[in-house]
Amino acid sequence: MDKTIQVNDLIKTYPHITALNSVSFNVNEGELFGFIGPDGAGKTTLFRILTTLLLADSGEASLFGLDAARDFKRIRTITGYMPGRFSLYQDLTVEENLNFFASVFGTTVQENYDLIKDIYSQIEPFKTRLAGQLSGGMKQKLALSCALIHAPKLLVLDEPTTGVDAVSRTEFWQMLKNLQKQGITILVSTPYMDEASLCDRVALFQKGHILSIDTPEQVVQSYDKKLWAVRAEDKYTLIEALKNAPDVESVYAFGDSVHITTTSNQLDEKALITLLSQRTPGPVQIVPIQPNIEDCFLRLMRKEES
Amino acid sequence: MTQEIVISVKDLVKTFGHFVANDHLTFDVYKGEIFGFLGANGAGKTTAMRILCGLSKPTSGTLMVDGLNVYKQAEAIKKRIGYMSQKFSLYEDLTVTENMRLYGGIYGLSPTQIKRRIEELLDQLELQNQRNTLIADLPLGWRQKLAFSVAIIHRPSIVFLDEPTGGVDPITRRQFWDLIYKAAHDGITIFVTTHYMDEAEYCDRVSIMNEGKIVALDKPSALKEQYGVASMNEVFIRIARNVE
Repeated sequence: MDKTIQVNDLIKTYPHITALNSVSFNVNEGELFGFIGPDGAGKTTLFRILTTLLLADSGEASLFGLDAARDFKRIRTITGYMPGRFSLYQDLTVEENLNFFASVFGTTVQENYDLIKDIYSQIEPFKTRLAGQLSGGMKQKLALSCALIHAPKLLVLDEPTTGVDAVSRTEFWQMLKNLQKQGITILVSTPYMDEASLCDRVALFQKGHILSIDTPEQVVQSYDKKLWAVRAEDKYTLIEALKNAPDVESVYAFGDSVHITTTSNQLDEKALITLLSQRTPGPVQIVPIQPNIEDCFLRLMRKEES
Repeated sequence: MTQEIVISVKDLVKTFGHFVANDHLTFDVYKGEIFGFLGANGAGKTTAMRILCGLSKPTSGTLMVDGLNVYKQAEAIKKRIGYMSQKFSLYEDLTVTENMRLYGGIYGLSPTQIKRRIEELLDQLELQNQRNTLIADLPLGWRQKLAFSVAIIHRPSIVFLDEPTGGVDPITRRQFWDLIYKAAHDGITIFVTTHYMDEAEYCDRVSIMNEGKIVALDKPSALKEQYGVASMNEVFIRIARNVE
């Protein structure tokens, strides 16, 4: 039972759009598996099929040996799902929400308190507050507690960190790592590329299909081009100049620099600096660099489109 | 970017009952600058932004937006600014040009001006072939770029962007920033909030808010040097942790 989740050729179409276009992948037991992709990529549709809330047009998905279409009742007892939109009862208190989800799953808060203790204890001082009146970070912790209260084998989290600030995001990922140590298999989706490195393996997801599945290290290693970072004072003139420079293939702003590749995969740094200096003020600097996940995603998207 | 001040905020205080959302904020924004307005969830960014847009009155403080007083000239301010948020963008059951005409009209442009601006924007966005497409049928990334263009259709002095790139794919996100750079280059001041810390690096200056106060304000390079770290993400985390 190594491959806990097996998904084969899933297809799901809506009237005007193909949400999933032949999606296949496996997830190992105890793995922290990430789906990285923008809005509209199909992440939510996929998660809704895996959590038995939606039927695929064709293809198979099995979770712990259970079929996502036929065995939905049993799958629901072993799966915890945290949807992208806050879906708890806003007019119940923190404590009432948690008790409610425990009783729906035929258990009690006491029985599985150990599992949620680290997370729930942070909001327990506010247990009599209505869920609708919690801050964003507290809502997120409550939703995670409710998804965990029946001690699921599998946790499915749909964009838990979207719109969340950088500090809270770091804390949330730490919580996930702790849950993984307790043996829970975790599927998580995110539009933030930098979170890919926190997963065991990632699927880069775009327009209903998977561009690449691998460990974050391997995704980065399979980048097939040389990459350079260019820095100058004025981004606008720098980017314009780079886009018009001979042999330059891709030009993407990254933080305080601009990452470029060339068609020939070679670069005469001195010649380019001379050229750029005529078109952008101040000193220009060029250094070869290693790609990150976002560089890889951009590269794969570009290949798809050409 | 010049030293001409377009937003001047002195001692801005905004309270809701006992809760202090903005606690004596003081800062200036310069013409043509890309100003990043950062902070944790609940730090008070949206409250301050709503006040600067004339949508909410401050409790106290002196505020000028494009030379106008936010207490007395809120309506005039609204004509000089553009606003775009992630949530409210465009009318899905109107076409691309219908949306542009609608917003041009709301901002008080004449029919001739509207016609000219629509052609300019369609050319710039390379959307000429989609001019009669319903927004509902446009890919998400295109909508965001269009929403930005609509927010500057009346050539405002300042455009306020509230998390404009959330959930957008990485190529579109960069095309979006290309539009921002171009607008800033053309002299429009950009006031932007974001949770993407690499985008914070794209700003000329950033302020970081925590619990209603501004706890840092400088160029990204200066902040990174001050905290001895390599990225704005680390600056952000250091600041938030220190304050706690």
